Amino acid sequence: MSILQGSDLECVRGDRRLFKDINFSLEAGELIQVHGPNGSGKTSLLRMLCGLAIPAHGKICWHGADIRSLKGDYYGAITYLGHLSGVKDDLTAIENLRISSALAGVEIDTKKAHDALQHMGLGGRELLPVKVLSQGQRRRVALARLLVCRTVLWILDEPLAALDSAAVKLVQNLLEQHLAQGGMVVMTTHQEIDIAAGATQRLQLA
Amino acid sequence: MLPAQPNGCNSPDMSLWVIQRDLLLAMRRRADVLTTLFFFIIVVSLFPLGVGPEINMLRTMAPGVVWVAALLASMLSLGRMFSSDYLDGTLEQMLLSPQSLSMLVLGKALAHWLVTGVPLVLMSPVLGIQYDLSTEALLVLTASLLLGTPVLSLIGAIGAALTLGLRGGGVLVSLLVLPLYIPVLIFGAGAVEASAAGLGAGAHLSLLGAFLLVSLVLAPWAAAVSLRISME
Repeated sequence: MSILQGSDLECVRGDRRLFKDINFSLEAGELIQVHGPNGSGKTSLLRMLCGLAIPAHGKICWHGADIRSLKGDYYGAITYLGHLSGVKDDLTAIENLRISSALAGVEIDTKKAHDALQHMGLGGRELLPVKVLSQGQRRRVALARLLVCRTVLWILDEPLAALDSAAVKLVQNLLEQHLAQGGMVVMTTHQEIDIAAGATQRLQLA
Repeated sequence: MLPAQPNGCNSPDMSLWVIQRDLLLAMRRRADVLTTLFFFIIVVSLFPLGVGPEINMLRTMAPGVVWVAALLASMLSLGRMFSSDYLDGTLEQMLLSPQSLSMLVLGKALAHWLVTGVPLVLMSPVLGIQYDLSTEALLVLTASLLLGTPVLSLIGAIGAALTLGLRGGGVLVSLLVLPLYIPVLIFGAGAVEASAAGLGAGAHLSLLGAFLLVSLVLAPWAAAVSLRISME
């Protein structure tokens, strides 16, 4: 039995059906890239995978159990990075990182947050309020969460949006490292990116 | 191989984290806090100007005026309780927290009370002087607000969660929440009137305390369920 399995997933928005009969299964060390044009339901699919949205039909299982019945046990195993980064404008990068990882159940000290931000190329900007940073830098603050969390499944919605080529490289390395350690990634991206993984699946929507 | 479960902190810690964070955010945007407080002060001060300096009339209407102003002031800031977290995606992260969402909501409601309720409680004795309230009446008024304002924040959290992301949510939240505030208003203002009539405020204050306990248990849970529905 695979670790994460989606069967017959269907998404309906209003009276429009975005997709149906989506099936996939994910094993340790594997990557799923979700492709599709704008409005084809990529974000909706990822939100379903997180349990934020309920599929109109079908179900998603984690180790054989429906994610809706697992709740906290499942949330403890995933990290979701959505379109909205979940970064507070009025807080500094360090405060943002410490609070978002505390919310995810991992308390980190200032030193560790500092190191993670340094690694993401934000050295020297840790103590600035995030509102003075650029879009790409905000995204880096959000991505720094991946460095401190210890979750198995990463669900990433357009993680490369607004990033420069150095940061893209950084994220690519991060993902490869995670996959090599037996982690799993489900992501959407419009950029062509080659990530070395045990197995890469393409999920095409519409 | 990665561990399947992160080493989590337990739920009461989470409420503290959220309270700490919301207080920090409130410190960075002091204007939001001050608007609520000034709204309260101005509304309470308008009544003596409008009604005229009839001391006996002012004395009888004081508890009601202060309480209604407190309800409105507390409601004024309800819209902000979840909406900023909703807009920047933090709320999604909260829903995906392995910790109990009710505890997070409790933390947010308590932070809302600390930021909007507590200043009102502290200011009310000063405002009561405008209405020539006796020392005893001022004490009872402050005590009733101290017990009642957390209930307003807790009930308000349910309304704020239900109207999240709706257009015109601000008006809708007042329609949803104000009727639920009525019992708190009746017993809060009633406490002062009862003590002025020599009946003692004990019964009213006990009832307010009971409201507080019930809403502490039920409101975070109800608001957490509403949040999950609103976010779907």
